[in-house]
Amino acid sequence: MKHTISVLVENQFGVLARISGLFSGRGFNIDSLSVGETEDPTVSRITLVVKGDDMIIEQVIKQLNRLVDVIKVSDLTKDDFIDSELALIKIPCDGKTRSEIMQIVDIYRGRIVDVALRSLTVELSGSEENVRGIMDLLQEFGKLEVVRSGKIAISRDRKNTRGNNHK
Amino acid sequence: MTMMTGAQIFVESLLRENVEYLFGIPGGVVIPVFDALFDSPLKVILTRHEQGATHAADGYARATGKVGVCLVTSGPGACNTVTGLATANMDSIPIVVFTGQVPTPMIGNDAFQESDIVGITRPITKHNFLVRNARDLARIIKEAFYIASTGRPGPVLVDLPKDVAVTETEYVPVSEVTIRGYKPVLDGHVKQIKKAAELINASKKAVIYAGGGVILAGAAKELVQLAHKTRLPVTTSLLGLGGFPADDKLFLGMPGMHGTRFANYALSECDLIVAVGTRFDDRVTGNIKEFAVHAKIIHIDVDPTAISKNVRVDVPIVGDAANILAKLIPLVTRTDNGNWLKQIEDWKAQYPLTYKDSDKEIKPQYVVEQIYEATKGEAIITTEVGQNQMWAAHYYKFKSPRSFLSSGGLGTMGYGLPAAIGAQLGRPDKVVFDIAGDGSIQMNIQELATAVHNRLPINVAILNNHFLGMVRQWQELFHNRRYSSTCLLNNPDFVKIAEAYGAKGMRIRKKKDVRPAIEEAIKTPLPVILDFEVAREENVYPMVPVGAGIHQMIGGLA
Ligand SMILES: Cc1ncc(C[n+]2csc(CCOP(=O)(O)OP(=O)(O)O)c2C)c(N)n1
Repeated sequence: MKHTISVLVENQFGVLARISGLFSGRGFNIDSLSVGETEDPTVSRITLVVKGDDMIIEQVIKQLNRLVDVIKVSDLTKDDFIDSELALIKIPCDGKTRSEIMQIVDIYRGRIVDVALRSLTVELSGSEENVRGIMDLLQEFGKLEVVRSGKIAISRDRKNTRGNNHK
Repeated sequence: MTMMTGAQIFVESLLRENVEYLFGIPGGVVIPVFDALFDSPLKVILTRHEQGATHAADGYARATGKVGVCLVTSGPGACNTVTGLATANMDSIPIVVFTGQVPTPMIGNDAFQESDIVGITRPITKHNFLVRNARDLARIIKEAFYIASTGRPGPVLVDLPKDVAVTETEYVPVSEVTIRGYKPVLDGHVKQIKKAAELINASKKAVIYAGGGVILAGAAKELVQLAHKTRLPVTTSLLGLGGFPADDKLFLGMPGMHGTRFANYALSECDLIVAVGTRFDDRVTGNIKEFAVHAKIIHIDVDPTAISKNVRVDVPIVGDAANILAKLIPLVTRTDNGNWLKQIEDWKAQYPLTYKDSDKEIKPQYVVEQIYEATKGEAIITTEVGQNQMWAAHYYKFKSPRSFLSSGGLGTMGYGLPAAIGAQLGRPDKVVFDIAGDGSIQMNIQELATAVHNRLPINVAILNNHFLGMVRQWQELFHNRRYSSTCLLNNPDFVKIAEAYGAKGMRIRKKKDVRPAIEEAIKTPLPVILDFEVAREENVYPMVPVGAGIHQMIGGLA
């Protein structure tokens, strides 16, 4: 099963290497990873998507927790959470297909960010399914060029994933 | 306001950590630091190789319970600490290794003697730091010692660029550590402890399985209390040896690949395992599918990652072993395990740990027994790796914690001699023996110079079988005696080597000379090498073949 794991870390050099090393050293694959500063500039949040059975995920979480630079680890998958990712998609097009593509983009609430003679570039944010959905549809128009940010996620409402209670 | 250079802050910080010895070797970028050490009360033990320095710091830490400290130069010096760091990391030993680094503006430029040691050692340290500013140095050193010695202990590396060492800055001593992401859990969950007590009280065939964590946590006394109150038999992993007195009636010896038959049978047939400070290493469990199939498992460990990593645990308790055992003891009662103890006595009588002695040749086991008797079981024993290590574990009856120092997790040949140096410095009151193989001793034999220079009366007992014995044993049993690259035909004359270094050397070829040689070595105030010519193709038994369950042992029957 896929797990979305949110990790609060010290905003220091080398932290990302520690985290990725933890995965590569154990042969666990990371599906996606995204990092950015939080509201506190000394703290970054990493959102990881990892596949694995319960025993693997339990180990992943414990190993993350063991790192001195890791402040808090939360497996969001168990609770209600909101996730989103950003994709930039370049679609080949011509005069005939352009408007059809624009309709699809509209339905998916994408935003055209660039129009060129033979292509369109769309910016789209949303759930993974959303991004996959539009990609499936746009594939019909030719070979796509896609850049995805990887997932970011936050828990809904009550659950605390901030660092102020002990891990 | 006190202004100090980084090097002076280094010295001051180490003094505040009550450091006594630093093991290491200087080099270009750490000259300023060594300069500051020159007239400080800290004693620098100059080793002959940085691997020796790290193992010596490790041996010092294992023997004393304090943090061992190293200081080496950048690049090659730093890289030479890798094996020592990995060894300490696998066995959870608290050491702090300081490596010199090229000046910060040059980092990343392939400068002379530069290596990314923080990157290299990331997976084999508990934590590591690159000091980028002299202002941070006092805090980082404080944190390094704190991280190394608390929770599950382990090695910490601090990389110290040359400009940091020479920069003057305001010195503000640091007395408290707060690291947001590092708060070891020590207490143990009360409900879980209660659950554990209930399981123990209801058990009929329980076994305590203790590891190195018992020694690291200083929980040996509580372990004895728990065992005596409940009457549970105790087996300890290799690193747990000394954590429970080997002469206690409830002691089962070591389990696993080279475990005793009775320890392995007991683990295989028990209804409950009370695991304390141990990680169910594959050398202990054998084929995991066949391990302790009838048993519930209680697992006490300060490191949550050790729990449910290899085996499914019924009652996990995260915390300090001494702390948790102290809370557990009042809740347990004498268990109704008379039949079980009887069964274990029968196994012990039927399958004792034994070997076939001989009058024609010296058996390695006999040498270890004689060292045990001559030192009344009160020496500190270090070992190398291989058959020598297993024979030391079997035939020296360890009575107290911190008396058996051996590379368990990594299995590092070359560990024993430098570790003996660290142990002897830390415990000058003790007789120290390195039980060695003729292969292993050659991996760090240069440290004899360190021992001689510091007039350390350590004793090295080489069980010389002219083979890389343990590998030869596997070749004999599983590869049809094809001794590929395991024969050591060109061993040097170890007696002459000892003498060349200014130590004493003795060669022992006859059984009757074994004990007198050991006695003489103990009396000699210098390092001594005892070169015992032992039976060449003796095997360590019993043995669990790879892939088998631990109840499926071969050999060693009386
Ligand atoms: C650094 C290192 N290299 C290789 C090995 C693999 N190894 C394990 S035991 C052994 C043989 C050890 O031979 P010796 O030191 O003569 O001891 P004996 O087994 O004969 O007592 C070897 C090569 C190891 N454990 N460590």
